[in-house]
Amino acid sequence: MLDFTAVVPSIPYILKGIGITLQIVVGATILGLVLGVLLALCKIGKITILRLLADFYTSIFRGTPLVLQLMLIYYAIPQLFDIQIDPMPAAILAFGLNSGAYISEIIRGGINAVDKGQLEASLALGIPYTKMMKDIILPQAMKNIMPALMNEFITLNKESAIVTVIGALDIMRRAVVVGGSNYHYLEALIVAGVIYYIMTLILTFLGKMLEKRMRRSD
Amino acid sequence: MIKVENLHKSFGKNEVLKGISTEIKEKEVIAVIGPSGSGKSTFLRCMNLLEEPTKGIITIGKDVVTDKKTNIMKVRENVGMVFQHFHLFPHKTVLENVTYAPINVQGISKKQAIEAADELLRKVGLFEKRAEYPNRLSGGQKQRVAIARALAMNPSVMLFDEPTSALDPEMVKEVLEVIKSLADSGMTMVIVTHEMNFAREVADRILFLDGGQLVEDTAPAQFFLEPKSARAKDFLAKVL
Repeated sequence: MLDFTAVVPSIPYILKGIGITLQIVVGATILGLVLGVLLALCKIGKITILRLLADFYTSIFRGTPLVLQLMLIYYAIPQLFDIQIDPMPAAILAFGLNSGAYISEIIRGGINAVDKGQLEASLALGIPYTKMMKDIILPQAMKNIMPALMNEFITLNKESAIVTVIGALDIMRRAVVVGGSNYHYLEALIVAGVIYYIMTLILTFLGKMLEKRMRRSD
Repeated sequence: MIKVENLHKSFGKNEVLKGISTEIKEKEVIAVIGPSGSGKSTFLRCMNLLEEPTKGIITIGKDVVTDKKTNIMKVRENVGMVFQHFHLFPHKTVLENVTYAPINVQGISKKQAIEAADELLRKVGLFEKRAEYPNRLSGGQKQRVAIARALAMNPSVMLFDEPTSALDPEMVKEVLEVIKSLADSGMTMVIVTHEMNFAREVADRILFLDGGQLVEDTAPAQFFLEPKSARAKDFLAKVL
């Protein structure tokens, strides 16, 4: 039997997890984007060693479970260097490093999809590499990859729920705590599910708006 | 102004240019013609090192373009190029397309760059389109913007790589007129083209390339009336 009355008083407590989840997602997104752009530039660049390193990085982070990476960062690294790391920075680091690998592949594809003529036109005008990438190539690549990038962020938003294994008090963790305290797991988890779903809808909407804005030159 | 000595270019095993030598004087307008696959575009693209020559020396003004020590980016500022497919920056407005390089490469103030761009856009007849994005323009208009963009850098040489080949027939004229007025203004130009009448009318000299070799290097009147080589005769019989 569903009985939400038992979890209703705890809903504000679960809602507070939104802030934690958002902090993780926003922090990881920024880290992932910066890392993704840098890795993508290494991958398309002419310097072999950087290319190999970037490929290796990507294959490691895509080839192992995210939850393993998270636990490695939270439990193993402090043990190795004898330092303390809080759940939040550990979560941001793990998700950021992981999504950097995925985002770099998305961006690499986006850069390669930009017409080669854009590069030639830039070269012919004497535009230096950094400016060309920043002002000419990446803005066009970004437009192409917006849908894939939004998808990555939405995935990140949902997958962030696994920080519960290292005890960060996000939406998921709070739902489990509430469920555990009054044995109404089902209701508490449904509340968490609804929150995640609404967040995803909002992100999807924001992504569509952003895409529209970026397509104004079409 | 431009000196090309024994220019060779190979793509893998395919030798596209087999030793081309010529000299182009200041204010001279050169039309490069020849069958497709003859190496015309490659020849042109070697001049600003969009293609790196396999062998040979190219000098533009005082700069030895093919010398590794030469700052090729500096040379390119001085050599305008117009492409067959325009290659305008699609995410920038017409005005931004024209002002981007002067502001970001030459460090000219935004105000000055806009003034100069407006003047160039008037010259190519597109001032009223300055706020539009390239996707809203016709092919002929895009190419005229591309010409303005190249001119905005105040180049001393302009290279045209089949500037009208991607255009619908009714738009060829407007672009050729702009190029012609540029020629009349004394710009040094090298034009790869399939427009024979235009070449005859505008060029001071014709370079006829075939099979990676410079087969004829003559005045247009001579070339079109009595070409010396059998290959040029053949070619002209097909296209005229």
